[in-house]
Amino acid sequence: MALSREQIAQRVAQELKDGYYVNLGIGIPTLVANYIPQDIEVMLQSENGLLGMGQFPTIDEIDADLINAGKQTVTMVKGASVFDSAESFAMIRGGHVDLTVLGAFEVDANGNIASYMIPGKLIKGMGGAMDLVAGAENIIVTMTHASKHGVSKLLKNCTLPLTGRGCIKKVLTDLAFMEIKDGKFHLLERAPGVSVEEIIQLTEGELVVNGDIAEMKL
Amino acid sequence: MAGFDKVVASYEEALAGLTDNMTVIAGGFGLCGIPENLISEIKRKGTKGLTLVSNNCGVDDFGLGVLLPNRQIKKIIASYVGENAEFERQMMAGELEVELTPQGTLAEKMRAGGAGIPAFFTATGVGTPVAEGKEVRSFNGRDYILEEALIGDFAIVKAWKADRYGNLIFRKTARNFNPLAATAGKITVVEVEEIVEVGSLDPDQIHTPGIYVDRLIQGTFEKRIEQRTTRPADPHKVKGA
Repeated sequence: MALSREQIAQRVAQELKDGYYVNLGIGIPTLVANYIPQDIEVMLQSENGLLGMGQFPTIDEIDADLINAGKQTVTMVKGASVFDSAESFAMIRGGHVDLTVLGAFEVDANGNIASYMIPGKLIKGMGGAMDLVAGAENIIVTMTHASKHGVSKLLKNCTLPLTGRGCIKKVLTDLAFMEIKDGKFHLLERAPGVSVEEIIQLTEGELVVNGDIAEMKL
Repeated sequence: MAGFDKVVASYEEALAGLTDNMTVIAGGFGLCGIPENLISEIKRKGTKGLTLVSNNCGVDDFGLGVLLPNRQIKKIIASYVGENAEFERQMMAGELEVELTPQGTLAEKMRAGGAGIPAFFTATGVGTPVAEGKEVRSFNGRDYILEEALIGDFAIVKAWKADRYGNLIFRKTARNFNPLAATAGKITVVEVEEIVEVGSLDPDQIHTPGIYVDRLIQGTFEKRIEQRTTRPADPHKVKGA
């Protein structure tokens, strides 16, 4: 079975380490916050200017002056700080954020990522994504492995305008966890019940399968 | 107005001198920390042909989005347009010139503009459409593109509190681009929720020193929320505890 959005978030959360400053993108990455292991401390960075993002507010706590990068109302944890956008991206570009999790339309075997527009169809804008992929060493892209029609999104070469070049090293899809190196996808884990053959079939870029591929533990 | 007192009497006075085809830099992120009343005043004035610099362009009926239907904006420099249908329509139809700019680069362009730095190199956007036509230089084996600073004929800013000298304090994530915009306007106009007497703000707590501020006005704000997300209240918690 392909992973649900919640399960993708759950698997990403296993990559969090104690003391990490983490930026979670909009969509599935945001859900990762729900699965932070109890025994570690993680500080969430929101690029609109908040370090130490907390959970959603109760109705009584709603504050129009306190939102996350997805424009959702949020709260602050103890020890949080707020700052302006230049400071926020100094943290990001300067490599101070330990882990970035973000979504994508396409990723290719050279570590290129496309996530901000589909010419003639959809223009969202890159927001902070270009800075995040340029600034972070440690990035996990979460996405669906293929379109509803079975067209792979893990490509030899991205077809859409790029958000970043050669910057993606880890991809988690609803089917597989992969590493990108030497111009190839390397299969690390498969979703429970998903066969290696299925993953090969839905991966357009070259996929290296080395030995037995373990199922993800959720 | 006398000495360092920056307070003006009306929104009309606050934006006096804003004319067609000028560049306006606006603070705010989404609908958070936007200079609502200054935007309304631009709409009322009917100023046209504006180049707007702002992270977003509001939503269809609030924020900078209200300047779209009357075609007051010629060009916008922004990082994200996702939630604004009219923006997307005008952009797709080629009626609105759009320079999509990465959020961090946009912030740095304002910061640099205000700080007298004409351009800077950044790795953001290398190898993407953002890099087209820009100089690429390699430093320590990595490619960077040259990005130019931005300065506005006007900067419109929303802060929380100010004293009459224009020393500003922002509140929570309503700070965002506002302090940067404040530095990058030839004329910087700031609206705040409260103006207090000089001397009553702690100098250590000032986010933007008054030197950047030319005009200051106190307004009332709707502070519309774009995505009202909540969690259920804890049933065991006593209200107000």
